[in-house]
Amino acid sequence: MTERATERKLKPVHGRKILDAERVSSMAGRNVRIAITGRGGQGVLFITRILSECALELGLNVIASETHGMAMRGGSVISTLKVGDFRGPLLGSGQADMMLVLDAGSMEAFSHLLADQGTLYLNAPSSDSYPTIDATGLAMRMGNPVIANLILLGFVLFHGTLFCDTPLVESVIEKISPPRFREMNLKALKAGLSAGAEKEQQ
Amino acid sequence: MKRILLGNEAIARGLLENGCMFAASYPGTPASEILSSFVEMAKTEKSPAMGEWSINEKVAFETALSISYTGGRSAVSMKQVGLNVACDPLMSSAYTGVRGGFLVISADDPGPHSSQTEQDSRMMAMMAKIPVLDPSTPQEAKEMVGLGYHISEKFEIPVMIRPTTRVCHSRQGVQLKGISAPVVPLGFSKDPQRWAATPKYRYHLHQQLNRKIETITEKFGKETLSTVLGNGKTTRCIISSGVALSHTYDVIREMKLENEITLLQVKMPYPLDVQGLFDAIHAFDDVLVIEETYPVIEMQLAMRGRVTGRLDGSVPPQGELVPDVVMECVEKFVGRPAKPRKAISDKARRPTLCPGCGHRPAFYAIRRALPKGIYPSDIGCYTLGLNLGAVDTCLCMGSAISQASGFYHAHKMKGEVPPIVATIGDSTFYHAGVPALINAVHTGARFVLLILDNATTAMTGDQPTPGMEILVDGRTGKAVPIEDLVKACGVKDVRVIDPYRLEEMTKAVKEADGLARSEDGGVSVIISRHPCLMTAGVLKGQTRYSIRITDDCSACGICHEKFECPAIGADPVSEKARIDLSLCSGCGVCVDVCPKQAIKAVINNQ
Repeated sequence: MTERATERKLKPVHGRKILDAERVSSMAGRNVRIAITGRGGQGVLFITRILSECALELGLNVIASETHGMAMRGGSVISTLKVGDFRGPLLGSGQADMMLVLDAGSMEAFSHLLADQGTLYLNAPSSDSYPTIDATGLAMRMGNPVIANLILLGFVLFHGTLFCDTPLVESVIEKISPPRFREMNLKALKAGLSAGAEKEQQ
Repeated sequence: MKRILLGNEAIARGLLENGCMFAASYPGTPASEILSSFVEMAKTEKSPAMGEWSINEKVAFETALSISYTGGRSAVSMKQVGLNVACDPLMSSAYTGVRGGFLVISADDPGPHSSQTEQDSRMMAMMAKIPVLDPSTPQEAKEMVGLGYHISEKFEIPVMIRPTTRVCHSRQGVQLKGISAPVVPLGFSKDPQRWAATPKYRYHLHQQLNRKIETITEKFGKETLSTVLGNGKTTRCIISSGVALSHTYDVIREMKLENEITLLQVKMPYPLDVQGLFDAIHAFDDVLVIEETYPVIEMQLAMRGRVTGRLDGSVPPQGELVPDVVMECVEKFVGRPAKPRKAISDKARRPTLCPGCGHRPAFYAIRRALPKGIYPSDIGCYTLGLNLGAVDTCLCMGSAISQASGFYHAHKMKGEVPPIVATIGDSTFYHAGVPALINAVHTGARFVLLILDNATTAMTGDQPTPGMEILVDGRTGKAVPIEDLVKACGVKDVRVIDPYRLEEMTKAVKEADGLARSEDGGVSVIISRHPCLMTAGVLKGQTRYSIRITDDCSACGICHEKFECPAIGADPVSEKARIDLSLCSGCGVCVDVCPKQAIKAVINNQ
């Protein structure tokens, strides 16, 4: 176990309690580029919306691009999100600091975007190469395959590598979820956070 | 206050902030969300502004234009190929001019991602001789709505706003202003020499139009040209517009070339202040133009030798200018060796019809009933019938029916008429299929037409069709049923079948073909009716089954390869079929597809 992981184990599941102000100052001058990929219908757009709203709440410049249209019918889709001093919404090859992959079958099409030092979080039954969570399996056990997206987001939040923290993400989810999905979405995020903690203990 | 808005939402917001009282559209990626957001935002803000999903872009254009004729501010939005459909009123309205501000929002799709062509609407603006504004971000798109209305009203001319996919479908924190009360129409005042001009007066209108364009160039040319990066002391200059400008901005900064390249933005590519732009680039040794998708600015700079771009191959002559492509162009421009880039895999998942989609069994029935047929098809989700081998052509909206006629006449001349089965969606049938069907019946063409009626415009996100009683703002409209229309077009053989009943559908396709090609045949129509499962409430309202695959499975692959259900795959070890429960809709149609009766279904309506 690495030193960082030990340090993290001492913290509650809610993860790093960094105040927004501190987080903003640590972000100042730093540009963050994130790619989120999956197959159409898995909720890539919803994660993009959540992260965009989080950046706005933190007073950061943000621009994101989304896939709409025919590809949304089960094809591979990608969203890219740029926080900081950018004008265009797209990423070039090797420019993603972080990649969230909801569907392993869509990973290869976009893996050229990941920076050499970038981190990739994967939704899959298992993998030796990346931090991985079986978000779809967990979502099915919770009775709803479409919440795998929020489970994966919770899993990423546990690692504390995003530009925003759990309380902020939760408040955004509360704000932008349609009322009938609000509780389910928050539960899914928590499930992802807990799964991250459990994996860490193993 | 800033709010995160999709580019299309920013445009809708801009319309409301600037007193637009009426907007019309026909759905099409990447423009669809403009109209729906306009109507939703008007509701939330309690604005009396109204919008409509029109039957097609031409009708949308003419309806919105007439609001402007009466003095109200209006807008029409569409995707770029939709502008082809509305090209007739576009050209003519440039001559008649407008009264209330009138915006034509035509969203281009470089790539293309969701379109038949990469055509550039700025060129259509040029052909019509109307100004076009080219936004580079959602924020700028909103601002251009205000500028567009200003120019449109001052010069009584339609103004085009040309966003592209990456503006329409970008999300950004956008600065909001207050919503203005809609500009109320004064009413139509007669002026036949203008509104009903005969060719003689059209000549004068053309003369007036030319003067308007000249004055707009003088008054707004400089204002719409700006330096975005660079201190003016560089030897190199890049001229750009639209989202390509945003990508170029990011690339120049990424490459740390801010002190070596001056970046100029052209916000109004037509009419272009050519003299102003010449003055601006006078001092530079090398000039590169980076724009999407056609070389509209570049062609107006008739100064070859120093100006490079799409025309001389310095920028690829087709395709989207994504950051990697822009970076390659800039590397060449400054003479830097190309940075090694990771190879791009083409192993993306292809789009498929959704699990449980009614189109799948309809196509499967066509293939089963008439395997040697010709299958003209059309624009919509059902173009994905390609994956089932039941789509042979996809040209443009409504063409399935006219192409079926053409194929019939061609093969009749050849002396042997094969089965021809055309497929068209319900929304597409209303949009452009009706005149084609009347024409086919009238001229004695013989084929089978399946109207795939899923009671929505599915591909673009579930917009209502004229077959339904609901309008975009929730008001009740009058439904125009497809059956009535088809009969009124002169078709005698019309039947309605739920494609979930696969055997019945297969039999019906065979029968319809027999009738169509018989002695006194004609066009036989089958309305294949099953609502889209993406529409709220549909899945819950239908019988759902638990699907199980028994040991009788012979691993033939028909259910996932031929029937192409994404919820079925082959087990990596046994190669037998396996159900992916996270995708299965429980429609139960696969039971009838399996030749070994190895798929079992039990009702499970939980």
